[in-house]
Amino acid sequence: MQRIGVFVCHCGSNIAATVDVKKVAEMALMEPGVVHSEDYQYMCSEAGQAKIAAAIHEKGLTGVVVCSCSPRMHETTFRKAAERAGLNPYMVEIANIREHCSWIHKDIEEGTKKAVILMRAAVAKVNLNAPLQAGESRVTKRALVIGGGIAGIQTALDIADAGYEVDIVEKTPSIGGRMSQLDKTFPTLDCSACILTPKMVEASAHEKIKIYTYSEVEKVSGFVGDFMVDIRKKARSVDMDKCTGCGVCQEKCPSKKAPSEFNRGLNTRSAIYTPFAQAIPNVPVIDREACIKFKTGKCGLCSKVCQAGAIDYDQQDEIITEKYGAIVVATGFDTINLDKYDEYAYSQSKDVITSLELERVMNAAGPTHGHLERLSDGKAPKEIVFIQCVGSRCSDDRGKPYCSKICCMYTAKHAMLIRDKYPDVNVTVFYIDVRTPGKNFDEFYRRAVEQYGVNYIKGQVGKVIPQPDGKLLVQGSDLLDNRQILKEADMVVLATAIEPNPDVRKIATMLTASIDTNNFLTEAHAKLRPVESPTAGIFLSGVCQGPKDIPETVAQAGAAAVKAIGLLAKDKLLTNPCTAQSDILLCNGCSTCENVCPYGAITYEDKEVNDHGIRETRRVAVVNNALCQGCGACTVACPSGAMDLQGFSNRQIIAEVDAICR
Amino acid sequence: MQELINRAKELLADGTVARVLGWKAGDLPYNPEPAYFETAEAMEDFVYNGFCGANLSKYMIEASRLEGKTLVCLKPCDTYSFNQLIKEHRVDREKAYIVGVGCKGKLDIEKVKKQGIKGIESIGGAEIADEAETLTIQTIYGEKTCAYADVMLERCHVCKGKDHMVYDEIIGESKETKDAERFDEVARIEAMSPQEKFAFFQKELSKCIRCNACRNACPACSCRKCVFDSNKFDSSQKANVDTFEEKMFHIIRAFHVAGRCTDCGECSRVCPQGIPLHLFNRKFIKDIDELYGEYQAGEDTDSKAPLTNYTFEDAEPSIVGKRG
Repeated sequence: MQRIGVFVCHCGSNIAATVDVKKVAEMALMEPGVVHSEDYQYMCSEAGQAKIAAAIHEKGLTGVVVCSCSPRMHETTFRKAAERAGLNPYMVEIANIREHCSWIHKDIEEGTKKAVILMRAAVAKVNLNAPLQAGESRVTKRALVIGGGIAGIQTALDIADAGYEVDIVEKTPSIGGRMSQLDKTFPTLDCSACILTPKMVEASAHEKIKIYTYSEVEKVSGFVGDFMVDIRKKARSVDMDKCTGCGVCQEKCPSKKAPSEFNRGLNTRSAIYTPFAQAIPNVPVIDREACIKFKTGKCGLCSKVCQAGAIDYDQQDEIITEKYGAIVVATGFDTINLDKYDEYAYSQSKDVITSLELERVMNAAGPTHGHLERLSDGKAPKEIVFIQCVGSRCSDDRGKPYCSKICCMYTAKHAMLIRDKYPDVNVTVFYIDVRTPGKNFDEFYRRAVEQYGVNYIKGQVGKVIPQPDGKLLVQGSDLLDNRQILKEADMVVLATAIEPNPDVRKIATMLTASIDTNNFLTEAHAKLRPVESPTAGIFLSGVCQGPKDIPETVAQAGAAAVKAIGLLAKDKLLTNPCTAQSDILLCNGCSTCENVCPYGAITYEDKEVNDHGIRETRRVAVVNNALCQGCGACTVACPSGAMDLQGFSNRQIIAEVDAICR
Repeated sequence: MQELINRAKELLADGTVARVLGWKAGDLPYNPEPAYFETAEAMEDFVYNGFCGANLSKYMIEASRLEGKTLVCLKPCDTYSFNQLIKEHRVDREKAYIVGVGCKGKLDIEKVKKQGIKGIESIGGAEIADEAETLTIQTIYGEKTCAYADVMLERCHVCKGKDHMVYDEIIGESKETKDAERFDEVARIEAMSPQEKFAFFQKELSKCIRCNACRNACPACSCRKCVFDSNKFDSSQKANVDTFEEKMFHIIRAFHVAGRCTDCGECSRVCPQGIPLHLFNRKFIKDIDELYGEYQAGEDTDSKAPLTNYTFEDAEPSIVGKRG
């Protein structure tokens, strides 16, 4: 029989205001095995911990239940306190009477009742607890960064500078990401490429960084410190070692009708292409869908003109398997699809464009070589209307409920740049609010209004109607003047909401990293662990975690790198002793557990068993404790109950349920 | 049947198989029982007719441990169970010589009795040599007849087809007997209010006498030690606590075989109380089909079952939750 001590925390008034803590402590004494109980204002304080230690010594406790906050907050604290007092740390259980009880109840009677029930369940569990010992696992001193935008590049550079190997996996043919598509950056208006390309070059030249472009993560297994990743290197059809990047193939390629991804489909590119001039690596890829050689078997011009003999039509996808200690997700964002916002006539008029498309229009390497012109007729616009929050802060399911955060600033930037370069163009911005909380941000916005005379109208646009003469009739409201506005414009620019890269769902699933309802990756703690995923060894960099501008992205990228470095710097990690075990006498050998194990921790062996005198060889499940992460999937899938999880045994869970239902 | 017996004797004689797993006559004209035959002489007792409903797949778990090969007679629907057992490494394919026996629907004696036919002395027409259309029954009250299809087991009305999924050779003709939709009854129960559902299952399950026949016959219930027989868990005690908990037995059993049940219908066939136990399993199958795409357990030996596999296309938990 265990000798259990129950310690009830007030958490100031957090718990004590809604739970009669004295009553909980009093009721605990009636539970089987409980020999001691007390309540205290802050159990997590040194004085509180000392009370636990004293009771362990004085009452000879073999188990401890702390009724307090979520185990995610202080389980470690109390386990360490118990360990210092000579108890096995896994003999400590937390009854969460704060998040699960006091914070969500108002009635003290109800709250107390529930707190008592939660306490009972924890006591029932401790009664069946057994001491456990943590093992050790090794750390592979190499990091993987998924995504080669500014977030991924910065994270990789920071990790590499600390002396660890880093691989970047980038889906597109070049690193650079969204930032490479931008023309100028707020609030300093420096050229995006000018500040990004040195970083790209640095990453590609860094001896510790290996870059896999035109590649995707295909499979992830393993766990923190020891991930095994399959990377699919898609067939480039160009030999990276031979290609000199001269570009002749792209000039000669007769198929030039594929929409340019880099220019957001505003112009076309050749079938063999590098996405942009500063691409890294400067090795083209053949778009097999567009290539005449791949479609008809005839052509082969690129191969004929290539002096280096780098064209390889037979190249196959290659799977590279590599081990990593840490994985950083930096998958970035895209703009949302505007199909549901047809009132803005995006699909009807070429002169209604997104802000990201405007970036390309304004850029010297863009479809108009940097001239501001209407994409329908090439004429210079005289009236431009910007519409803010297209799909952001949306209350219905057409758009996103969140603020995309960057649109107010880039719209001010666009407006300012246009007014600066084309002073005869009138610029009007329809906005809900202008949000400029950042260093030098509000000053920047005010400059747009005060110095550059951008016309800001508080109100939303209801409709954009293309006119027969090619103009766009913008119908909006001015909330400050309380009037309807009908305005003719030559161009309309939509500040389209951003969303996480759609691939992130697949990646999150492979990594068993959680995502929220908007597909942003979830942090381990919104405030205190913002760059870590709840899944150990997975870190978050950039917009995959939430909307951010470049400085914030770079800052977070560095933070993610630091967390990854902190992990890689360790030689060994303590493993969770709560692993599964198979009872060979009960095991059917059916492989169900092997099928559901996400960690590949279960194998089958033929073992000699002695089942009550019957000696025979049976095919039975064997768990590799170094690989098992204690997720428990096998224990629920096992039909015969042969699989059990130490620290969360089937019996313990039933005991908890029984205690709750009593 | 004679062709089957002759072939079995031949295989016994040439040493291909060490024994034959089939059926022998019971003490009544309609209750043949599973049996092993090790010699040609013993084969004299062998029978195969419309009352041989028993699925012999499960016996192969035991037979796989015996010396030599066992000739096992499997009906088309039994082969699904056998495949499932191969998939779960419970039987050894190498230890089995599978004779796919013909099937024209198996009979339910309770349905015969429900037609008021009592005092049965012998039954003609169950030999399934012909088209299996009429049963002629000699009773102490005289000769009675009934249509074969009217007294078939429920499972035969929703027959999975006349093809054997796994076999070494096939002996005898099969006939597809499907004349009803497999999930109609489940859909009817799904349409009930929660109170009606509860009342329905309360009424049915209160008949249970916990004889364990369903568990013993079920090829998916093949654990070395059932959780209800083990003192390692509290399941058995829980199942015995009160009359409601008693019903937990069937619910827990249905969960344990979910995704593995081939819908062979043995549970309902062997239930002495006539509880339609297959409905639980069929509800799971219907849900799996709807959520993860159509899946028939035992159709093959290597596909991954939806409940123990993960794909990116899997239904989100929220969708599953909303279905109730």
